[in-house]
Amino acid sequence: MATPLTAARLPAPRTGAAPRDLTTPLFAALALAAFALVPWAMSGGPSAIALLAGHAAKWPKYAAVVSLAPVVVASVLALVSSWVGAARLTAMFAGVALAWAFAQGFYAGANGPAFGLGATIALSALTVCLARALGRLGLFAGNATIATIVVVIGVLLLLFIFYPIGSALVAAFQDAKGNFAPHLVGERLFTEDIWGLGCFGGGTRCGVAINSALLATIVGLLSMLLGLALALVVQRGGQRYAGLMKVMSVLPVITPPFVVALALVVLFGRTGLITSWLEYVGIPRSRWIYGLPGVAIAQLITFTPISFMLLHGALHAISPALEEAAQTLRASRGRVFRTVTWPLLRPALANAFLLAAVESLADFGNPIVLAGNFEVLSTKIFFAVAGAQYDAGRAAVLAIVLLGLTLLAFFLQQRWVGRASYVTVSGKGDGGAPAQLPGKLWRGCLGIAGAFIVFTLMCYAVILTGGFVKDIGRGDMTPSFRHFLDGFRVEWASHGLFFSGSAWDSLFTTIQVAAVSAPLTAVVGLLSAYVITRHRFAGRRAFEFLTLVSFAVPGTVIGVSYIVAFNIAPLELTGGMAILVLCFVFRNMPVGVRSGVAALAQIDKTLDEASATLRASTWRTLLRVVTPLLRSAILVTLVFSFTRAMTAVSAVIFLATAKYNLSTVYIINRVEAGEYPLAIVYSTVLMLFMLAVLLLMQKFIGEAKLGRRGPGVVVAAQ
Amino acid sequence: MNAKVHMNNTAGGVVFERVTKRYNDVVAVDDVSFEVRPAQLVTLLGPSGCGKTTTLRMVAGLEPVTSGRIMIGGVDVTHRAANERDVSMVFQSYALFPHMNVLDNVCYGPLSSGISKAKARELAHAKLAMLGLAGLEARLPSELSGGQQQRVAVARSLVLEPAVLLFDEPLSNLDAKLRRRVRQEIRELQQSLDLTVIYVTHDQEEALAVSDQVIVMDRGVIAQQGSPAELYDAPRSRFLADFIGDANLVTGELIHDTSGQVFRANDVSVPVRADGVPPGPATLAVRPHRLILTPAGAGLLPAECRRAAYLGSRVEYVLGTPWGDLLVFDAGVQSPLARGDAAGVQFRPEDAIVLAGHS
Ligand SMILES: Nc1ncnc2c1ncn2[C@@H]1O[C@H](COP(=O)(O)OP(=O)(O)OP(=O)(O)O)[C@@H](O)[C@H]1O
Ligand SMILES: [Mg+2]
Repeated sequence: MATPLTAARLPAPRTGAAPRDLTTPLFAALALAAFALVPWAMSGGPSAIALLAGHAAKWPKYAAVVSLAPVVVASVLALVSSWVGAARLTAMFAGVALAWAFAQGFYAGANGPAFGLGATIALSALTVCLARALGRLGLFAGNATIATIVVVIGVLLLLFIFYPIGSALVAAFQDAKGNFAPHLVGERLFTEDIWGLGCFGGGTRCGVAINSALLATIVGLLSMLLGLALALVVQRGGQRYAGLMKVMSVLPVITPPFVVALALVVLFGRTGLITSWLEYVGIPRSRWIYGLPGVAIAQLITFTPISFMLLHGALHAISPALEEAAQTLRASRGRVFRTVTWPLLRPALANAFLLAAVESLADFGNPIVLAGNFEVLSTKIFFAVAGAQYDAGRAAVLAIVLLGLTLLAFFLQQRWVGRASYVTVSGKGDGGAPAQLPGKLWRGCLGIAGAFIVFTLMCYAVILTGGFVKDIGRGDMTPSFRHFLDGFRVEWASHGLFFSGSAWDSLFTTIQVAAVSAPLTAVVGLLSAYVITRHRFAGRRAFEFLTLVSFAVPGTVIGVSYIVAFNIAPLELTGGMAILVLCFVFRNMPVGVRSGVAALAQIDKTLDEASATLRASTWRTLLRVVTPLLRSAILVTLVFSFTRAMTAVSAVIFLATAKYNLSTVYIINRVEAGEYPLAIVYSTVLMLFMLAVLLLMQKFIGEAKLGRRGPGVVVAAQ
Repeated sequence: MNAKVHMNNTAGGVVFERVTKRYNDVVAVDDVSFEVRPAQLVTLLGPSGCGKTTTLRMVAGLEPVTSGRIMIGGVDVTHRAANERDVSMVFQSYALFPHMNVLDNVCYGPLSSGISKAKARELAHAKLAMLGLAGLEARLPSELSGGQQQRVAVARSLVLEPAVLLFDEPLSNLDAKLRRRVRQEIRELQQSLDLTVIYVTHDQEEALAVSDQVIVMDRGVIAQQGSPAELYDAPRSRFLADFIGDANLVTGELIHDTSGQVFRANDVSVPVRADGVPPGPATLAVRPHRLILTPAGAGLLPAECRRAAYLGSRVEYVLGTPWGDLLVFDAGVQSPLARGDAAGVQFRPEDAIVLAGHS
């Protein structure tokens, strides 16, 4: 009989240690190999150990022995301690090596070498060592694999989200020469330029912050109302309007953010098609489209689909039974809408308003084309660092203001919406048909939706035809392939195909960058989602927060932060292709996290546990059990990060160079130069290309998944 | 040679030593110690939320312990991950991988342990055949009946020949008939292969039917452990008497007088055997089938029939007595009492269990 135990009866434990860990020493050895064999610096040259031995001639002020000897020694010690299984020592030495490596790098700054391939391999390997040792010590629930995933992704997030933003903050406190000058912040921050309220007095102009906030409020409110009208039409109008839904869900995915602005210029600019026609009937030409009205209209058309998707989802979630219940309680159609539908929609409306406002704040593509003298933060930041008057401090201050406004919007969202969304309480689907709208409201919605659709179609029609006529900007509609050939000419040369069109280079670079960053985004995002949903460890909430933060940061802010932070050793990345990839991966990662979290919620956790009790390592579980079940989430993430990388402009316009130019940046440059037809034809090519990618993916996934933009995707600040 | 030799379980016992599990401020398992001997089937039994699943998952390594020590086969495994323990688990939901067929599911464990594909298949086929699943190898889990899924889950866990096999309410997804059959199959398998098994259930009948030892848990602690007979015949508390099997519970007091020990409630006294129970407030527990019906006027207590349910092999009565309503199972089905009939009730002193206190 099994009686409660006394200590004396316990069999003596044989060995408490888990099976021997060979992976950690392997990584330590990898780090040492990189120290010995691979060039340490970005510019190539000697390895770390060779540098130690005195080959630092390139960097005269750089004391290689002091800088690198401790790193190498600590790594050797980490190897030894991991070999004998001393986790605490391993963690300590790996930690010291990492800390010293970064500390010396940042201390030396431009005086030292920029981290290159050798440094990247060695420091990554040491990070893995540190993580695994921490896992062995019992952190992260004692799982070395989870420890590795969390620590590696955490370090990457710190390096590529927090470090750059921090650098931008610091830049706000520095003068042009990089000296610490705190008094400058006040000077830069509290100026008429930023906060001026002149425009309300009818006198001078308003400051950029006020302009941005005003624009965001207008666009937020109007696109919320437009989105509601469209959602009501689609949701309550039955099958007849289902096609609309599809179009609305695809448009924002494939449309680069300045396309609508381009169309507006062609239609309403001084020599625009409609402007000319209006002059015909006696309304004089003007430049009204350049400024607040133009930007607001462009943003409305660009962002209303997002409000629409959100409100459509919310309407869909309202159980018809609730409205039916109200009807059986003698409520008229109008009363049902006022007392049931509307109140249940309120949180979603607030959400739609705020998300559209955030998008408007972050938008760069429309204002850069249309803003004219109406300055907004995102473009002002760009002009502070682009061109002759490079002023990082001023850009940083403006970035802080923009970030502050965006965070304010998210804060309000949490306050108003956070807990207030009414999840339908009943578990069972009650069936039933949604209530009909009151007649007047229905007709109003139909009218508004119709006008919106006609206008949108007009814009897209202009873009699709504009590239293939002689000069749409002046109303010359003779068909012509001239602009298309300018951009995309292909010739037979002696050595084979020759892509002589001026747009090819940027298109190839863009596809390359998007194709590299999409799988990386999926891997990083889904691994994060996996550890967040499936494992409990101290710091999980903080980790989740880290992974989602880049959502809230407008692209312009990221862009300016990247050039401030990565312009100088040890992390000298500007001018290369890597920085473009990194920028996309860490900006789009939240999409992967969200869709991964949603998909994992559908998969029973006991499957992972069963796998673990069947001796599968965590990697094996991930590969054999989780990945196959996540297939569609993986594809969705791939598609979205690919298309987002193809259409993004706000962050990368800071980072693209003549050598590594991107499509969107190329198009913006054409617009700036007044070459509208080429810009238009390129936009058409981009949109068709992405449409093809989407359709191809749809074949793989089945269409149910693609139409649904997760809430994560909706926040996508460009 | 018999199958026993193949099972690597000579040292497969489990020792749970002063283990505590805390979720924030909820103490799910509170300083629990027990031992599972090799080749025994031990059930963890208890009401919902008492900590059974948590205990089992700590054995499997799916839940880290807050404090305490867990040993399997004499080795301290407290800080080992699930995939480093010689333990397999059959989940309540079966957790069959939906994207793999039966054979791939069963091969999964051996392949994870680095066994060659051919050998893994051989092992899998052997276990599938043993569980009567031959021929279903190519099916997906969604193409199997509930009972078949359950057996695939068992085969998948058995194929690694683990030192300890864990079951978390393995029968709760089966219908009542099938449940009886499968629990017997599990018991036979365990006995023929000398498996060490920890089995979680909240069904006391199931626990009594299959176990060598039963550990009854209540609010995170062990209320009592022992063989099924010990638990049934000598429950240590009112909770246990009520939880295991049906029991009539009467609160009153225990008196030691000249004639021996007497239990007294509502002015009716009856002789009882209550060695070691101090006089004073006490609870009397009597199993319904230990109560004997007598003609009116005879017996220890007068009774009046309130309700009678004819169940074929017995009649279940609810009788109104000075001690309140008593449940009585009577095997005399020829001439059942009708509602309102008067009768008497008695029991043998050794059939009543006296527990100190009122709770
Ligand atoms: N992840 C968790 N976080 C917080 N509390 C938990 C968690 N898991 C279990 N608990 C709590 O621990 C206690 C024991 O839970 P456990 O799942 O072990 O119960 P159980 O005996 O298996 O119950 P049941 O028969 O209902 O399955 C419960 O009070 C439960 O609420
Ligand atoms: Mg349970």
